[in-house]
Amino acid sequence: MTVEFRGLRRTYGPTVALDGLDLTVAQGELIALLGPSGCGKTTALRCVAGFERPDSGMVLIDGNDVTRVPANRRDAGMVFQSYSLFPNLNARDNVAFGMRVRRRPVAERHSRADELLELVGLAGRGDRYPHQLSGGQQQRVALARALALAPKVLLLDEPLSALDAKVRVSLREEIRRLQLELGITTVFVTHDQEEALSVADRVAVLKDGRLEQVGAPAEIYDRPATPFVAEFVGTMNHIPGRVTGDRVEVLGQLLPIDGTAPGELVDVLVRPEAVRVTPAEAGPALIMASSFRGSTARLRVQLADDSQLLADVPGHDAVRLAPGLRVDVSVVERPVLVTARAATSDDESVVSA
Amino acid sequence: MTERKARRTWGKGWGPAVPLLLVVAIAFGIPAVMLAAGAFTEKGAPGEPSSYGFANLAASLREPYLGTLLSSVQLSAVVAVGGALTGTFLAHAVLTSKSAMLREAVLSVSGVLANFGGVPLAFIWIATLGNSGVVTVGLGLGSGLLYNFWGLAMVYLYFSIPLMVLVIAPALEGLRPQWREAALNSGATTWQFWRLVGIPVLAPALLGGVVLLFGGAFAAYATAAAMVGASVPLVTLQIADALTGNVLVGFENVALALSLDMIVIALLVMAVYLPLQRRSSRWLR
Repeated sequence: MTVEFRGLRRTYGPTVALDGLDLTVAQGELIALLGPSGCGKTTALRCVAGFERPDSGMVLIDGNDVTRVPANRRDAGMVFQSYSLFPNLNARDNVAFGMRVRRRPVAERHSRADELLELVGLAGRGDRYPHQLSGGQQQRVALARALALAPKVLLLDEPLSALDAKVRVSLREEIRRLQLELGITTVFVTHDQEEALSVADRVAVLKDGRLEQVGAPAEIYDRPATPFVAEFVGTMNHIPGRVTGDRVEVLGQLLPIDGTAPGELVDVLVRPEAVRVTPAEAGPALIMASSFRGSTARLRVQLADDSQLLADVPGHDAVRLAPGLRVDVSVVERPVLVTARAATSDDESVVSA
Repeated sequence: MTERKARRTWGKGWGPAVPLLLVVAIAFGIPAVMLAAGAFTEKGAPGEPSSYGFANLAASLREPYLGTLLSSVQLSAVVAVGGALTGTFLAHAVLTSKSAMLREAVLSVSGVLANFGGVPLAFIWIATLGNSGVVTVGLGLGSGLLYNFWGLAMVYLYFSIPLMVLVIAPALEGLRPQWREAALNSGATTWQFWRLVGIPVLAPALLGGVVLLFGGAFAAYATAAAMVGASVPLVTLQIADALTGNVLVGFENVALALSLDMIVIALLVMAVYLPLQRRSSRWLR
């Protein structure tokens, strides 16, 4: 089943939540809607679920216009951000709820509910009530409930945001495993870029109700279409540069430009992992701080002009590249994205995360 | 844990509650014991000592007292159920309205009206719908509107509905919108959501409200005394008459037995409510 957003617009008073969203989710694809709070990603999802009616535009599921179809007659299972299990029903009855309202026989719905609970790793916990389950377990039950009626589309509205970090990672892998196993078309709303990049086939980045870029995770990360995407997805250094022909001069290097330059004086956008730091006794830069992250360490480096930038180095180099060490800094040779120089950045590097 | 340590922990837990327990013992415990003792005390003939027995209780459960007891239970049940339903619908309408001002206004007014009772309440209704009331005369409604069972029920609803609004509003606010959306998403209609989720979740709070309203109406005295006098038989009026010897003298201990009956009825109602309330508090945690 495909899901299509066609020119979707939704306003709340003067606030424009969706501004002509056009997006197609392919059969069996998991697409992540990524963006900051208020970008319209949840509104788009709720338009598919039937909880929001767009001012204009259409939502199509498998080519059928469902824009005016009531929520309870849409074939879409949804998992909500907060644990939304019915507190008066145990896990089995929560999962079987949809079958109950469709008057399926008790034996059938219980056996299907137990099957689904097993699928989400909660076999034997059907008799527990929501208050007897952990947050992660509750979301697993919610996922089973959303899948109970074998919907055409699975909608996930920030399903992991209320969970702690470890559970979040394991559950997102579980969601991806299930999605691939069932081949269900899935729309996953999140504001967590790492989550989006790690589970999705494609990521759609939204800003102010508009689609900024849609593409595979690697494409979004490595070749952001706009400065907003570059800054929102991952951490970015803004290093002042000067355009010379089809290249830009930055940190004493001449690098090819990815796209077109907006002028002569620009900000060069460089990821921390594209910054090379090498110890040099008389180096022009100084390591100010180091934050160890296991496989990598993030260094804050002060340049000769007192501006600062971030660099990611392998974790095992963290001891060698300690604060107070003088170093040389360079950028990996590859095309770089440039933007018009921000008024504040004049000749200083700025970091955005 | 040693026995001494356990005793110390127990003492720490109950220590801060001692002043409250003292107040309860003095203000409620002693009168209750006196009342119970009086209810079981049978006065002897002049010059004879009193004895203990069930005669007062038996009398309290015979006519004419039984009739007033049942009338009080009926009136309280009507007020409790009517007030609970109306108050719940009103609270739901107000809480789901988009006007924050309306919400605040209704909750504030409810806070005032829920505590409005006694003779002033009787007076405003008599002045409005009494035989010479402004509305009665103005609309030519005829006399006797107010001075009967249903008239009294209407007046009791005047403070019971706002009380229900105050009681049920937090429970209604505890109903998460996502539950409704999750139910719709599973194919349920709005009615199915209320039947399978909304009402069961609210049931203990609703029942709690019913109990509270029942208790309020069951124990009310001054409004009824000022408004209907003896025309509507009520146990509270009967107790007052028996205690003051208004009709017959020497029935004070039957009045105490009637009070004991009221306590037993209240305890029975609470016995149903408390376990449900415990379950509800877990759901809405």
